[in-house]
Amino acid sequence: MSRTTLDLWVGVFVAMGIAALLFLALKVASISGSDIRSPYTLSARFDNIGGLKVRAPVKSAGVLVGRVTEIRYDNEHFQAEVVFSVDGRYKFPTDTFANILTSGLLGEQYLGLDPGGEEKALAPGDVIKKTQSAVVLEKLISQFMFNKAADGEQAPAK
Amino acid sequence: MGDVFRKLGSLAISGVWQLGFIARFFVLILRYSGQSFMRLHLTIRELYFSGVLSLLIILVSGLFVGLVLGLQGYEILQRYGSSEAMGTMVALSLLRELGPVVAGLLFASRAGSAVTAEIGLMKVTEQLKAMDMMAVNPIARVVAPRFWGGVVSMPLLAALFSTMGIFGGWLIGVVFIGVDDGAFWSQMRAAVDFRYDVLNGVFKSAVFGVAVALIAVFEGYDCVPTAEGVSRAITRTVVSSALAILALDFVMTSFMFRGL
Repeated sequence: MSRTTLDLWVGVFVAMGIAALLFLALKVASISGSDIRSPYTLSARFDNIGGLKVRAPVKSAGVLVGRVTEIRYDNEHFQAEVVFSVDGRYKFPTDTFANILTSGLLGEQYLGLDPGGEEKALAPGDVIKKTQSAVVLEKLISQFMFNKAADGEQAPAK
Repeated sequence: MGDVFRKLGSLAISGVWQLGFIARFFVLILRYSGQSFMRLHLTIRELYFSGVLSLLIILVSGLFVGLVLGLQGYEILQRYGSSEAMGTMVALSLLRELGPVVAGLLFASRAGSAVTAEIGLMKVTEQLKAMDMMAVNPIARVVAPRFWGGVVSMPLLAALFSTMGIFGGWLIGVVFIGVDDGAFWSQMRAAVDFRYDVLNGVFKSAVFGVAVALIAVFEGYDCVPTAEGVSRAITRTVVSSALAILALDFVMTSFMFRGL
């Protein structure tokens, strides 16, 4: 085989390989870094984070606005401290409420931000004070059972 | 009793010796790579033989693996009423594991064995010695181009394998079964992360490329220069490449995907 045809085939092969990589990068995958532009970090303390994980989405009104970057245990307050980065285009008021929510019944957990009515916006590095922990199914069920039991005690007295 | 220990000892010594020899051989290849890149057409020729000629088997197997993944994935997912997650399942299993591993295994048996046979036969017919006599370095002239040909082709072939597999999954899911096209792609995009899934897969396939290419050229260069020796060397190339790929895959997976 002559050298030019060989070069041509190798060129076609390499181009196909690169095209496949581009397809995987652009069509199949989403680049996690690119949809969050010039991020700033905020943090929030929770009594219980449930199954929240690093890289979990941060959403406000259902729209992705950031990602959880770090989760650590705060030994002073005996709480979980969740650090997350938020897209620089979005500002949230200082009385924003942070909840840990679940997408779907058994879906992944994410951090939901409910903005309040305050004029001042949260600055980078701020800590969100108002938080609501993840719903733990066991607690919910035990509460339900407790209420049922209490109802049961009242019923015969009637 | 002493016999057993003697056998174990000789096994250990020859194992360590082999490992050291491979490592030194690897360093030699790297050292003479610059010299072999001066004549780039040698490497391009090897890219043709290892890469372009492996294209057909890689593309066809990728397509079939994707088709099977699509069928099996649909079978299980539709029980939970989430057949739209098929795209996610096909893409993740291909990008993380099946793409690099199966492409690596195919590459080892298609291209690695050919390289071993070629170098082994050169050794049997004393071409390597003749090159040495003519002051042509056989590592720079013969070994390094074949090594780099394998290292460069492997990630490209694995990417093509994954792409064909995803296409196969799409074919089964969207075209034949009738899963919604938009849901198929958007769920896939939502679940597949570029750095975490795609780049880790590419990294895996690059490591497999180095391992397979190194084993192939080493076994060829190290073979006993007889007809039987060459055939044994080819067998060893395929067997140890497969073992190396699977073992390295386990090690890399346990470091890369720990569920954070």
